[in-house]
Amino acid sequence: MKLLISNGHLIDPAAPENTGMNVLIEDGTVSAWLKASDGVPEGCEVFDASGLLVAPGFIDLHVHLREPGQEHKETIASGCAAAVAGGWTSVCPMPNTNPVNDNAAITRYIIEQAEHAGLANVFPIGAITKSSDGSELAEMGEMKAAGAVAVSDDGRPVPNAGIMRRAMQYAKDFDLPVIDHCEDKSLSAGGVMNEGKMSLLLGLKGMPALAEDIDAVRDIILAKDTGAHIHIAHVSTKGAVEAIRRAKNEGINVTCEVTPHHFTLTDRSVEGYDTNYKMAPPLRSDADLEAILEGIKDGTIDAIATDHAPHHHDEKALEFDRAPMGITGLETGIGLAFNELVHKGIISLERLVELCSTNPARIFKLAGRGTLTPGSIADVTLIDPDLVWTYRNADSRSKSRNSPFDGWQFTGRAVATIVAGRLVFQSERPE
Amino acid sequence: MEKPYRRRDLLGIRELSAAEIKGILDTAENFREINSREIKKVPTLRGKTVINLFFENSTRTRTSFELAAKRLSADAVNISVSSSSVSKGETLVDTALNLDAMDPDCIVVRHGSAGVPHQLAKVSRAAIVNAGDGANEHPTQALLDAMTIREHKKKINGLEVAIVGDILHSRVARSNIHLLTKLGAKVRVAGPGTLVPNDFASLVESGLEVCPHAEEAIEGADVVMILRIQRERQDSAYFPTLREYAIHYGLTNERLDLARKDAIVLHPGPMNRGIEIASEVADSSRSLILDQVKYGVAVRMAVLYLATGGSMGG
Repeated sequence: MKLLISNGHLIDPAAPENTGMNVLIEDGTVSAWLKASDGVPEGCEVFDASGLLVAPGFIDLHVHLREPGQEHKETIASGCAAAVAGGWTSVCPMPNTNPVNDNAAITRYIIEQAEHAGLANVFPIGAITKSSDGSELAEMGEMKAAGAVAVSDDGRPVPNAGIMRRAMQYAKDFDLPVIDHCEDKSLSAGGVMNEGKMSLLLGLKGMPALAEDIDAVRDIILAKDTGAHIHIAHVSTKGAVEAIRRAKNEGINVTCEVTPHHFTLTDRSVEGYDTNYKMAPPLRSDADLEAILEGIKDGTIDAIATDHAPHHHDEKALEFDRAPMGITGLETGIGLAFNELVHKGIISLERLVELCSTNPARIFKLAGRGTLTPGSIADVTLIDPDLVWTYRNADSRSKSRNSPFDGWQFTGRAVATIVAGRLVFQSERPE
Repeated sequence: MEKPYRRRDLLGIRELSAAEIKGILDTAENFREINSREIKKVPTLRGKTVINLFFENSTRTRTSFELAAKRLSADAVNISVSSSSVSKGETLVDTALNLDAMDPDCIVVRHGSAGVPHQLAKVSRAAIVNAGDGANEHPTQALLDAMTIREHKKKINGLEVAIVGDILHSRVARSNIHLLTKLGAKVRVAGPGTLVPNDFASLVESGLEVCPHAEEAIEGADVVMILRIQRERQDSAYFPTLREYAIHYGLTNERLDLARKDAIVLHPGPMNRGIEIASEVADSSRSLILDQVKYGVAVRMAVLYLATGGSMGG
C-alpha cells in the first residue's frame, strides 16, 4: 500500500533541506521524498496536505495510561485514542500502574494492549525499583528486552542517593535513560501547591521550588559520576532549569522535558481552589514560568511532554488538599504549544517539531522515529497551524475529564495522525 | 436600603472592601441590643433555614452560629461530620448538592481543608458562610475581633496590632490581617521562624510587618492578639517544646508591659493557659476574651441576616 502526502509544508529538523517535498509512504515506511513535478506514483493514494504542516510523528515522553489497575480512569485504548486525536503518534507511559510496571511481564502486557488498540505506538517506561518503593532495583535488562525504553519511579522518586547512584550505574549498561521526577519529599511532604505568596494567601500547604532544585542537582551530580543519562521529567522551577543549563555546558549527559501547563499557567490559577489546577510538580511562580520559556528558547529544555494524568471526576471533586495530583493533557498539548510558544514568537515551527518529535526520539533512542527521511517509520503528525478550535472536556477521548483547559480556544491543531503509514485519526476540517 | 455588602456568600475577608466590612460591623451593632433583652428573639429570619455544616469539631463557633440563627427565628440545623467526605465515600460536591436540594437559605460551613466554602459556593444555591476553612480564613472571627476592638478603641484606623503565634497555619491571623489592614491598622506579626514565613508580609499590599521576636511586635501595640498553639504542631518539629515556646512567645505580664498602657488582649480561644498566654494576663481586665465570644453572636446574626437577603429596612 502506498500513500503520498502531497502539497504540505514538510518540517523535519533532522533534514532541513526539504522545501516543497512530498512524502511517499510504502508499507509503513517512508520510501522517498518526491517533488511535486514527480507526479503521483502508480497505485498510490494521495493525502492532500494543502495548508498543513507535515511533521515526523510527535512523541510524548510522559503519560499515564492507568492500565493495568485503574481502568476507570483510563485504558491503554482510551489513552491512545486521546493521543492520536492530540497529534501524538507515540506515547511513553509511566510505570505507576497497579501492579507497578517493574517486570517484563507487565511491560509485555502494556505493549500487547497497545497493539490491540492499534492507534498510537506505546513505549513503556519501567520502574527503577521493585514496586517503585525505592529499595531494590527492578529487572531493567529484562524490561528493556520486553520493550521498555527508559526507567523511572515517577511520582515516587528514589529518595536514597545511594540507590539512585546504583540505579544509574546499572541502567547505563543497558543504555536506558533514567528519568527522575525531581522532588525531595522531605521538603514537599503534605504540600498541595507551589510554596509562595499564593500558598500563603490561600492557606494551602506549599511545595517549595527548592524541593525540585535539590533533587535535580543531586541527579546531575550522580549523572556526572556515573556517566549515565539522566532525563529530568517535567521541569518546573527556575533553579532546575539553571542547574540543567550548567550541567549541559559541562557536558553532563542530562536532558529534560517541560509540560504545556508549566509553560502556560502559574500558581495564581489555584485561586478558586479548582482541583484541576492541582498537579505535581505544582504550577509555579511568574519567575519560574519566565525561566521555563527562556529554557525552551535557548535549548536547555529538550522536549515537550504532557504528563497526561487522568483522574476520575469522583476523585477530583474533593477538597483541594485531598484531591489527587494531575491533569489530562494529550488533547491540549499542541494547542497550548501553538498559543503560548509559536504564536507568541517564542519558538519557530522547526523548534516545535524538535521539541515534540526529533528530540524525544533521540532522548529515548527510538530508532527510525523523529524524522521522515526515507527509510524512517512512517509516523506523521499533520497540523493546521491556523485552525481555530475550542477544547471541550466533554468531547475528550480520554476516560477522564480533569483538564483546566475546558473551553479554551486554540489556534493550531493536529488534524490528522498517521502511525506506520496508517491514518489513525482525522478531524473534520471546516470548509 | 442597600445591603452593606454585595455578595450573599461570606467566603473570606480578603474578598471584601473596607466599606463592606464596615457595613457588616454596623449591622452587627444593630443586632447587639437583642442579645441583652429578656426575650432574645426577633422574627427577622422567620421561615428561613440555616444549616450549620461542621466537618471539624467546634463548640464555640457552632453554638454561636446556632444561637444567632435562633435569635433571628431562623430554623437552624446542625450537622457535625466528624469524618471527611472521603471516608463516607461521598464527594464534597455530592454532600453540598444533597443539602442544597433541601432548599436551605444558608449553609454555614467549617472544614479542615482550605477552599471548601469556595468550592461549595460554586455548586450551591444557598448562601455559603465560611465558619473557618483550613488555614485559609475565619471571617466571622475577624469581624467579632474588629467589633471588640471598635468597642474599646472607638476606631481601627491607625491602631497598631500585634499578632503572635502560629501565623502560618492560622486562619484567624489571615482574616484579621486582611480586615485590619483594609481598615487602616498597622499589623505586626511574630512567632517562631518555622511558623512565620519570611515573605509573609507580601500577603497584603501594605500595613503588615514581620518581626523577628514577640517583643518587637508587642512594643507600642494598641491591641495584642495571641493565637492558639495547636499541640500537634510540636510533633511536626516546628518548635522543640511547648516549654520553650512559652518562654519565648508566651504573653506574660512582662511582655504585655511593652505594649501601650491601655492595650487590650484578644485570643480566639480555646486558650492553652501557661503556653501562649499566662493566666495572669488571660484573667486580667485587659483581656477581652469573653467580650469576643459575646460579640460573636451579634456578628453572626448580622452575617446570617445579610447572607439570607436581609436588608437594613427589614
